[in-house]
Amino acid sequence: MPLTDTAAVALAREGDSDAFRGLVERHSRAVYRLAHRMTGNPQDAEDVVQETFLKAYRQLGRFESRANFGTWLHRIAVNCSIDLIRSRKHQETGHDAADLDTLDASDDQRVDPSPERLMLSTEVQQRVTHAMEGLTPMERAAFVLRHFDGQSIDDISRALGLKANAAKHSIFRAVRKMRLALEPFVES
Amino acid sequence: MSEHLHLTDDDLVLHYYGEDVPRAESHLAACASCQANFTRLQRVMAFIDSAPAVEAPEGFERVAWARLQPSLHVPRRGWVSWFVFSPARLAFAAGVLVLVGAAFMLGRQWPWQPPAATIAVAPGQTEAQVRERILLVDLGEHLDRTQRMLVEVATADDTAGSVDMSLEQSRAEQLVAANRLYRQTAASTGDAAIAAVLDDLERVLVDIAASPKTMTQEDLDAVRRRIESKELLFKVRVMASQVRARQRDAIQIHKSPSTVGS
Repeated sequence: MPLTDTAAVALAREGDSDAFRGLVERHSRAVYRLAHRMTGNPQDAEDVVQETFLKAYRQLGRFESRANFGTWLHRIAVNCSIDLIRSRKHQETGHDAADLDTLDASDDQRVDPSPERLMLSTEVQQRVTHAMEGLTPMERAAFVLRHFDGQSIDDISRALGLKANAAKHSIFRAVRKMRLALEPFVES
Repeated sequence: MSEHLHLTDDDLVLHYYGEDVPRAESHLAACASCQANFTRLQRVMAFIDSAPAVEAPEGFERVAWARLQPSLHVPRRGWVSWFVFSPARLAFAAGVLVLVGAAFMLGRQWPWQPPAATIAVAPGQTEAQVRERILLVDLGEHLDRTQRMLVEVATADDTAGSVDMSLEQSRAEQLVAANRLYRQTAASTGDAAIAAVLDDLERVLVDIAASPKTMTQEDLDAVRRRIESKELLFKVRVMASQVRARQRDAIQIHKSPSTVGS
């Protein structure tokens, strides 16, 4: 029978690397999904996974056994993603909202937007992924934390080191860009 | 705000996320235009929610562990317990303290001689340039070690049907951690070409590190195909020679009689 997370953490604290391996194998996919949403690229997501488990391993002593390991890990992964985004702040990319018309027009030629194809989840995934590529790293992080993680604007501003108003405007800009990129396909 | 003024897009976003927007409910109930705008927003958000998250590639758990394992160590129980529970360690630590003290006293009494050769910062050379030179030396050594390991894998004798790869595996484990650091450094300094080669290299190193200690011919062939398909050996060789050339350039540029040679 596989170990519960709590039992695996207890063993890993004693230096049992197999127990920690079990935790990595159980949770690494979920951490990757979050990291990919936050960072928007596979390489960064892999680095975030690595950093998250490394931090978790070093901080196992601080983990309270009553807490949920997955939730604790999720928090660490969010922080690792934010650290990576902040370290690349000077390389902010993304499209201006005004550029999105051009972006949409080129999309029409690249992918057939017929309703049948859009029904396929991979098509939807591609659309959303492409729209999110138009966000700057900060907009993306703020949007993911608000939309997928359900965090409050105050929590987001603290996490990203922004003033509440700046965090709010990052979310507004992100939603505006997402709407511009996706509304034509949702309406069709 | 007047009841007749329309809600802005940003008001609608706040309302969608459950934030308090005065009069939003009542206005939406009364204004068809704002209601239509809000419905469009809801549709886009539902579309985003319906997109499955990007999944990690197959076998990611194994790869994640292979990358992580070299960086892990047995958790420390705290430095106080380290001494308290081991008289042998206590004796060792006392010995170290005596040596450090003796070295300090000797150092104070010994007449100081300037070193004949050093890699200290030369006049006109910035710390960043020195760091770059050190990084180039380290990267060059890393590429040489990796190249040797890849050649061993590519030429391993597999006529018996299986090969003991435990030595290569443990080397690959050590190289993965170093490679990752070099790749991140290259990416953060904008050296995309080097970062791309190191990325390909890392994936093969992880594969080797995560493979069984005794590899079947098929396992080995798969790794070899990966090395060949990415032309890794060739790229690593080219990169190693470029790094050596950059090392030579750096030495030429910053050579100074007062710091290099005797």
